[in-house]
Amino acid sequence: MSLATTQSTAEIKARNKELIQEVLKVYPEKTAKRRAKHLNVHEIGKSDCGVKSNIKSIPGVMTIRGCAYAGSKGVVWGPIKDMIHISHGPVGCGQYSWGSRRNYYVGTTGIDSFVTLQFTSDFQEKDIVFGGDKKLVKIIDEIQELFPLNNGITIQSECPIGLIGDDIEAVSRAKSKEYEGKTIVPVRCEGFRGVSQSLGHHIANDAVRDWVFDKVTPESKPTFEPTPYDVAIIGDYNIGGDAWSSRILLEEMGLRVIAQWSGDGSLAELEATPRAKLNVLHCYRSMNYISRHMEEKFGIPWCEYNFFGPSKIVESLRKIAGYFDDKIKEGAERVIEKYQPLVDAVIAKYRPRLEGKSVMLFVGGLRPRHVIGAYEDLGMEVVGTGYEFGHNDDYQRTAQHYVKDGTLIYDDVTGYEFERFVEKIQPDLVGSGIKEKYVFQKMGVPFRQMHSWDYSGPYHGYDGFAIFARDMDMAINSPIWKKTKAPWKNVSKPKLMAAE
Amino acid sequence: MAQSAEHVLDHFELFRGPEYQQMLANKKKMFENPRDPAEVERVREWSKTAEYREKNFAREALTVNPAKACQPLGAVFASVGFEGTLPFVHGSQGCVAYYRSHLSRHFKEPSSCVSSSMTEDAAVFGGLNNMIDGLANSYNMYKPKMIAVSTTCMAEVIGDDLNAFIKTSKEKGSVPADFDVPFAHTPAFVGSHVTGYDNALKGILEHFWDGKAGTASKPERAPNKKINLIGGFDGYTVGNIREIKRIFELMGIQNTVLADNSDVFDTPTDGEFRMYDGGTTLEDAANAVHAKATISMQQWCTEKTLPFIADHGQEVVAFNYPVGVSATDEFLMALSRISGKDIPEELARERGRLVDAMADSSAHIHGKKFAIYGDPDLCYGLAAFLLELGAEPIHVLATNGNKAWEEKMQALFGSSPFGQNCHAYPGRDLWHMRSLLFTEPVDFLIGNTYGKYLERDTGTPLIRIGFPIFDRHHHHRSPLWGYQGGMNVLVKILDKIFDEIDKKTNIAGKTDYSFDIIR
Repeated sequence: MSLATTQSTAEIKARNKELIQEVLKVYPEKTAKRRAKHLNVHEIGKSDCGVKSNIKSIPGVMTIRGCAYAGSKGVVWGPIKDMIHISHGPVGCGQYSWGSRRNYYVGTTGIDSFVTLQFTSDFQEKDIVFGGDKKLVKIIDEIQELFPLNNGITIQSECPIGLIGDDIEAVSRAKSKEYEGKTIVPVRCEGFRGVSQSLGHHIANDAVRDWVFDKVTPESKPTFEPTPYDVAIIGDYNIGGDAWSSRILLEEMGLRVIAQWSGDGSLAELEATPRAKLNVLHCYRSMNYISRHMEEKFGIPWCEYNFFGPSKIVESLRKIAGYFDDKIKEGAERVIEKYQPLVDAVIAKYRPRLEGKSVMLFVGGLRPRHVIGAYEDLGMEVVGTGYEFGHNDDYQRTAQHYVKDGTLIYDDVTGYEFERFVEKIQPDLVGSGIKEKYVFQKMGVPFRQMHSWDYSGPYHGYDGFAIFARDMDMAINSPIWKKTKAPWKNVSKPKLMAAE
Repeated sequence: MAQSAEHVLDHFELFRGPEYQQMLANKKKMFENPRDPAEVERVREWSKTAEYREKNFAREALTVNPAKACQPLGAVFASVGFEGTLPFVHGSQGCVAYYRSHLSRHFKEPSSCVSSSMTEDAAVFGGLNNMIDGLANSYNMYKPKMIAVSTTCMAEVIGDDLNAFIKTSKEKGSVPADFDVPFAHTPAFVGSHVTGYDNALKGILEHFWDGKAGTASKPERAPNKKINLIGGFDGYTVGNIREIKRIFELMGIQNTVLADNSDVFDTPTDGEFRMYDGGTTLEDAANAVHAKATISMQQWCTEKTLPFIADHGQEVVAFNYPVGVSATDEFLMALSRISGKDIPEELARERGRLVDAMADSSAHIHGKKFAIYGDPDLCYGLAAFLLELGAEPIHVLATNGNKAWEEKMQALFGSSPFGQNCHAYPGRDLWHMRSLLFTEPVDFLIGNTYGKYLERDTGTPLIRIGFPIFDRHHHHRSPLWGYQGGMNVLVKILDKIFDEIDKKTNIAGKTDYSFDIIR
């Protein structure tokens, strides 16, 4: 039973404020002062959530954040399937990000598709001392010889590249020329840049602008004939097939998806995107930059959408259709009608099991706000949320469209804070990442990984909603949570060892 | 519409439906600018050839699908093996997110570690302030008994000096002057995760045995009867360390497991999150200097640690991931010799049971060809066991193996008639292995989860043993060491062999003759 339904909003706000004060007590004064700015209780009517964001994490705390390399290689570029992405630097970064994001794709892996391969320059001490440019030249030659059907190469810089002053841009230009204009993209996404993976998204977007769009020539233009209904999906990484369960809806309403970014994406699709009539943007955080660029340079409008849960899907389908003629508007209604029986059946089955359950989220990208609607469709309530690497515009969107009065907000939450919040609020479900999963499960709190869908998915679209509902039910109502306490032990609240 | 509430289709089935298949085919044809299917097929066939293999092995700069990770991962793994210890990685924070995820994905356990969150300013001015603030924050928040510091490539490239930084941090009051902050430089561009394990463990022992970085007097060694055991970087640490502790107990040997992370990566779900659980106590770590001897279960994980220990007056003995009868025999006899304790009858009976099982099953393994990849010691241990089973470890590949490892492997092959056609491949990666499997096929492949791509490409059935194992659950709980461990490895191999026989003979009306119920 959710605490939120048993208390008044005023009580919840008071409790949350007290909680924030409590977690701050453990920090040294300077740190407490800094962390205080990232924690808040949402006040209805405010334009944002009242927290600072996109600020450097504090040394020595267990931040959940990643780095710029993770944002570029791990998120944006990595899923482009027909290009080879070199993790340029020491072996680790490529190894840890190898196949871990489940960007589904179709292709002959190792021959014309390369997403689940780990290409690295495996820097040794001598490369640090003498620089890695010569090695990079050779790597590109070796790639050309052994993987001749690659359609392009990107160079994803790890920390040392920027520090030792390698000129990967010069190498890229020279090799591109040598290989008849082949697309070779240097990406300055060294892990120390910025404060989180967020800067990596931005840098990756800029690399698309400078090294893909700016190179597109009339002869390299796509061969298809344009239609008035051409759109591009931007900011869907096809985790567990998300972009596919989204794409199918857009196509059913009569639109033609000419490109998918970047899950199951290809270089040809990147190049074709400036011909879209509308860019539909799912992950605003990671790809608003390139969408804005296309708006400015090519005059392509973009619109954000949310395909989590039927309420938001309906809203989004109509919003997207609003950019087109009656044919598409009718198409949207047709799609909504077609899937209504599925929605009704899913809600009829799962809502009774989930009604009134409370959820706390902590994720990246758009999920800390976008999934709230899907939970609400199932009668659940999100009582706390926060972003790993959100900016103020994310918190504005959250405040204006998603969260309720009194919701606990925690930006760049530390492991310590998150554990304390969950311990005190006792939500019925926590949705966060792999690093958090086992912590909360040990505490006896049901958990779903909301980066990777806990190896399930898709969660986008109508087909995905059925899986989402099933998964939340299985997490919360698994009989295992009744067994966490040995029957001969007294029932007591979960407690943390760490900070006692 | 295939999806329904009554029978929710997962991605496995959902995307195989006609609507999605049609959509994906159209996407490919219209928008992906796909390669000609005939050309894809031609290159795919070419990639299986001896010609391709030659080009592949001629690679000098490119690494594809390496079977190794970087030093700091090993440092974090070793550090959490000590009681109440928080690993603190000096460098950019993204690395720590990666180590924690990697360990959690393998063990299905929390993995706690902090970083000093260095960014551009630290790259320019050095990370001293990050260290000063970071140690203070970690100390206050997570109340560790010890903070074990290691580095990333970033901190190493800019040349941050941990010894000086930690000293300064203590002077500034980040942690008390007598608080234990051992450290190790673990550049990611040298060696691999096994090197990082070695460096971190040595750093921690150095701290306790050499006067805590000049803050305490160096302990006088007073030899006792204890034996230290070092497990090395090991995906089976939970099962293996517990098995060795059981053997110690059976033999009545007083011991200290150094970097005992068996409980750290196996905490119960009972309503409590234990950020610190188990681990070698700091007192035991300090007193380990007095032990009679130190046994390392993995030579290549302790290349620096063992000489350091030997310099402090102890006998040191190194094994290479002992799996099977002979390797366990040698391990037990070494224990017996050093401790003066007899090997108990119970272990002799366990030995007999393993021999019994091998005799019962050897007909199915004898002469079978295997490829193995993984860390150098694991490869050695598994290859030795296969030879003992009358199997042939044809290709043995360690991306983080060196020349000395290669020689030792070749010597092992030379010692057995079953090793005559076997080769060790140091410094090679899994794309090399792919060529080996196509040009010199084997019956089975042994390796970690990443081997599933090789299994799919080459049709070589994969037996999952190694690190990381992401796509199967709980393997790490069962030991591979000792006679019991040998039994586990034997069963894993046999299960795969029988599954393959069944798979090949299950065509009703066609291969009924070999679809046997008794084997």
